[in-house]
Amino acid sequence: MDLKEKLLSSFLVFENQVDIDTYVHDVRNDAIKIFEEKGFPTKKEEAWKYTSLNKILKEDYSVFPQQENALEYKDIKKYFIYDIDTYKIVFIDGKYSSHLSQTTHDGIDVCLMSAALTKPKYRILIENYFNKAATKDSLSSLNTAFSSEGAYIHIPKNKLVEKPIQIVHFSTGNESATMLQPRNLIVVGENSHVQIIERHQSLTNNPVLTNSVTEIFANKRAIVDYYKVQNDNSNASLIDNTFIKQKQESVASVHTFAFGGKLIRNNLNFYQQGERIDSILKGVTIIGEKQHVDHNTLVHHIEPNCESHQDYKGIFGENATGVFNGKIIVEKEAQKTNAFQANNNILVSDKATINTKPQLEIFADDVKCSHGCTIGQLDESAMFYMRSRGIPEKEAKALLMYAFSNNVLSSVKIPEIKQRINKIIANKLGVNLGFDL
Amino acid sequence: MSKYTEDDLREELKTKEYEYGFYTDIQSDTFPNGLNEDIVRAISKKKEEPEWMTDWRLEAFRVWKDMTEPEWANVHYKKPDFQGISYYSAPNSKPKYDSIDEVDPELLATFDKLGISLDEQKKLAGVAMDVVVDSVSVATTFKKTLAEQGIIFMSISEAIKEHPELVKKYIGTVVPQKDNFYAALNSAVFSDGSFCYIPKGVKCPMELSTYFRINQAGTGQFERTLVIADEGSYVSYLEGCTAPSRDENQLHAAVVELIALNDAEIKYSTVQNWYPGNAEGKGGVYNFVTKRGLCEKNAKISWTQVETGSAVTWKYPSCVLKGDNSVGEFYSIAVTNNYQQADTGTKMIHLGKNTKSTIISKGISAGKSQNSYRGLVQINSRAENARNFSQCDSLLMGNECGAHTFPYIEAKNKSAKIEHEATTSKIGEDQIFYCNQRGIDTEKAIALIVNGFSKEVLNKLPMEFAVEAQKLLEISLEGSVG
Repeated sequence: MDLKEKLLSSFLVFENQVDIDTYVHDVRNDAIKIFEEKGFPTKKEEAWKYTSLNKILKEDYSVFPQQENALEYKDIKKYFIYDIDTYKIVFIDGKYSSHLSQTTHDGIDVCLMSAALTKPKYRILIENYFNKAATKDSLSSLNTAFSSEGAYIHIPKNKLVEKPIQIVHFSTGNESATMLQPRNLIVVGENSHVQIIERHQSLTNNPVLTNSVTEIFANKRAIVDYYKVQNDNSNASLIDNTFIKQKQESVASVHTFAFGGKLIRNNLNFYQQGERIDSILKGVTIIGEKQHVDHNTLVHHIEPNCESHQDYKGIFGENATGVFNGKIIVEKEAQKTNAFQANNNILVSDKATINTKPQLEIFADDVKCSHGCTIGQLDESAMFYMRSRGIPEKEAKALLMYAFSNNVLSSVKIPEIKQRINKIIANKLGVNLGFDL
Repeated sequence: MSKYTEDDLREELKTKEYEYGFYTDIQSDTFPNGLNEDIVRAISKKKEEPEWMTDWRLEAFRVWKDMTEPEWANVHYKKPDFQGISYYSAPNSKPKYDSIDEVDPELLATFDKLGISLDEQKKLAGVAMDVVVDSVSVATTFKKTLAEQGIIFMSISEAIKEHPELVKKYIGTVVPQKDNFYAALNSAVFSDGSFCYIPKGVKCPMELSTYFRINQAGTGQFERTLVIADEGSYVSYLEGCTAPSRDENQLHAAVVELIALNDAEIKYSTVQNWYPGNAEGKGGVYNFVTKRGLCEKNAKISWTQVETGSAVTWKYPSCVLKGDNSVGEFYSIAVTNNYQQADTGTKMIHLGKNTKSTIISKGISAGKSQNSYRGLVQINSRAENARNFSQCDSLLMGNECGAHTFPYIEAKNKSAKIEHEATTSKIGEDQIFYCNQRGIDTEKAIALIVNGFSKEVLNKLPMEFAVEAQKLLEISLEGSVG
């Protein structure tokens, strides 16, 4: 039985377990129909031209976690940003782990999707926001159909959330192969500010496929900072679908750090539904072996006077494949739009591949839109300069790569995350520079 | 060429809309509508082709039958009914008019506008030539000069008969019959086209052009062009009629194959101005063209195109950089107005070492038109030190048109250096204001700015073409200032 059939038959079992009177019930049923019709995307689809899911779909994934697994904090501490105080929402094999988490209902809601979906007091919010940003593509629909658990964050008006929120998904690998479908909903009220860090981590080498959907709503003048740390082990694959709807004068930024994992596909979509909005999309990708990272971004400029800034850097070694597919749409009402997109890549191996497709679709005339894309190598004269001053080759290379990705790192607002990323990069490049950059 | 002054332009700009189209009911030798193996055989027979050519056509037809039309392009149009078209239509030799006075004065005015000489006007309008201005003889003298150098320049039908060994060797090597839907269709039914062979080490002394030949050979909607530049040779080839030509056939599916052998250079320039349909988007030509060049060692192919006509354009002149140190270039201006749609760009396939490619694409959209750039730069794993520079600029006029870019960049070699930039903007109010202040009216100012915007590409055109192209740009954008 292939994965699609398995998912379709499990859906019947799953849907009987949960409350069938809710609004979400209908949404799930509609979503499974879409998935049934469309199936998993193939390379024949333009958006999946360079990324094939065939290999990772062959595994015999268990769709529902069979048992609850406990983890000791000391064993997994290193996967958290532990040096600062944060709220934590932790999941183990898709199930909420209360003793590792630190949630709150004090003025803000930092809690669980399962609670929000079932408790009557969240009903209005769920009806107003749930599945209102996600598109009807097959993978998002699949997630919608199985949506039951994830993070639910609701920040009311005029709140500055003092501590960042960490969302961490662990998979223990107790089953031979696991498929996870977390669903996050984040609603940020007017004038509020929140910082969120998301990470997916598997603890063994058993294959894991995560098909995650995150919906973010940034209301008027809200500020949302979202950091995605993707440094999973080499058998874990991640399809991350993020949808962000912004209202006027809001600022939303998403930083994606893709270092690990077998296959990562980031579908990052911004919809600007108001004036004077700023959207920021940044990413650093450093991969090797047979890793595959695909960034698929969309910025939809719908109203006038908005901005968007995209900056993706990639370093590809060994047999790695990088894909960047950035799309900017400027509707004809969206006059005075400023949209920038840059995608710079370095290939360090002859077997690595980079496919990039920066795409502009513009229907308004009074706009400033530009995109730039480069593929190149490390500057030889810069290498020579450092080598001639006694810096070993490896370190010199690493320094240049740091410098290359620094544009993205410099806009990270939480210093601890920056340090952590620096450490991962140093590790990845196999150097110890002995100082923080 | 007649003198063209600012006053003329001002005069033209006053006449709001220009009807390029003209229709003449001429007797012609036409096949019944539809396409099947018999029709393909009949076309081949009509052209007295050898058996291998008939088989080649049939092979293409069989592939085409099972193909479907490509739908990935960013254009929307009503699909032509391929069984509703007559695949062979040669005008008979009888002149359309006996003297220039009978020709539609509107048409002549258009020619004047473009600065085409009276002789050429007669020729283009299908007027019988008197002895003095017989350009047929002019063409013959050209042929003589060319023949002295060993250059073969003739229609492809003639070439199939006279130089079968060359045609057989090269036809379909760059654009195979099954390459795509339209290429397959063209391979099966091509009516005529040009064939050009430049022998080793010869620099072609003049710009070769299909211009002189277009009526004489009666090229139809399915042209096939094959240009072969042997080792160390050079040729500059101009394609297309710069005069507005109303194509009754609605569908134009040409194939152009260029082969540049070691150290050869081919420069291929096109000014395309087929009937774009009227201001409401009715009518117009569907231009679905496959153009591709193959570069051997140290060879260079340069495509330059100015696209102002056609209702729908689907065209990607490409370079396969097979040999080491080969160079591919693509310079393009695509202008769309009213309801025109253009999806055009290039493919640069880097296979050899030290290969270089440059892409400069300028898109100008006005009215309710859609203008897309679609390009592919592919660096294969053995293409050491490949270099590419791409620049795609779009200019938008009004907020009802669209500009799109779809650049695909695929690199499989670490020594590759690729740069791609794209910008989209409109004509700045400050620029217009600057011109207005100095007594240049808005329409003229726009023409000036558009010319500046397109300069990089216009400079690549042969002189006479550049002048005409510049005027074409102005005419195409007439009345688009909002």
